Amino acid sequence: MRRLRAFGAFWYDFVVGDDWRVAIGVVIALAATYGLSRTSVPAWWLVPCAVVVLLSASLWRAVAASRR
Amino acid sequence: MNAGALFVAVFLACAVEAVEATTIVLAAGTTRHWRSALLGVGAGLVVLAVVIAALGPALSAVPLRGLRLVVGGLLLVFGLQWLRKAILRASGHKALHDEAQIYLDEVAAARAAATERRGVVQDWYAFTLSFKGVVLEGLEVAFIALTFGSNQHDIPLAALAAVAAVVAVVAAGVAVRAPLARVPENTMKFVVGIMLTAFGTFWGAEGAGARWPGNDAALLVLVPAIAVLGLALTAGLRRQGTPAARRPAPVASEVQA
Repeated sequence: MRRLRAFGAFWYDFVVGDDWRVAIGVVIALAATYGLSRTSVPAWWLVPCAVVVLLSASLWRAVAASRR
Repeated sequence: MNAGALFVAVFLACAVEAVEATTIVLAAGTTRHWRSALLGVGAGLVVLAVVIAALGPALSAVPLRGLRLVVGGLLLVFGLQWLRKAILRASGHKALHDEAQIYLDEVAAARAAATERRGVVQDWYAFTLSFKGVVLEGLEVAFIALTFGSNQHDIPLAALAAVAAVVAVVAAGVAVRAPLARVPENTMKFVVGIMLTAFGTFWGAEGAGARWPGNDAALLVLVPAIAVLGLALTAGLRRQGTPAARRPAPVASEVQA
């Protein structure tokens, strides 16, 4: 059981990393891009905007946490 | 993406990981037992070869759009994490990745550990330390090389870049017989974070059904735009003030150089 947990923790750390909100944000951005691409509205801008928001928010959280 | 960009992206990513693995193997070999450490390297390379042999054909079989969506998403998550760490280090909010200090920590831990013989391995600690270092650092290298290569239908070139990076780093490590502390690792991680984020953005959005203006030429805008974003965020965080004990890395000047 301990080894299974360590195995799961390794893959979580490998794929998700330090900030799980970034991974969730990427999934939401890609899903929204898919939804938008089914309409007549251009969808290419959504992921770059998500990158700006996700990276800035993640850094802000990290800096705020380091000051606590 | 042209062949040059593919080669540079994979080479830099692999070089960064190879520096970290070399530090661990050097610590295991010099303080414990070289033969056991090298056996650990060999065993780690066999595990990586099995992973690559299983993943490579599997990736080739996935339809391109699905591959770009999944791989783009994963690269984007990877890239944002690399870039986040690089910006925090460059702005002084996180300690710099210091190979010399990591080497000293590993050496101290290796000296304190007991010696145990298992089978043909004379020093089990040196073996497992090297094995873990090679597998853990190599797995990320394998993933980056395979995903970049399969997306660009040029796995041989990606593999060549990965092997060239590992050979260059190992040769340098053997030559100096010391941790490669002078490699600008933090700057390289910054550049790799930008590349992974840009290509992840491009492939992820394309896999999700978006059409980029200018098709592949959009990457020529995405890469510098994300670099500017990274540098702007670094400058912004530096202006906010940094903990006095941490020295910010000169990312902007080194990237330009």
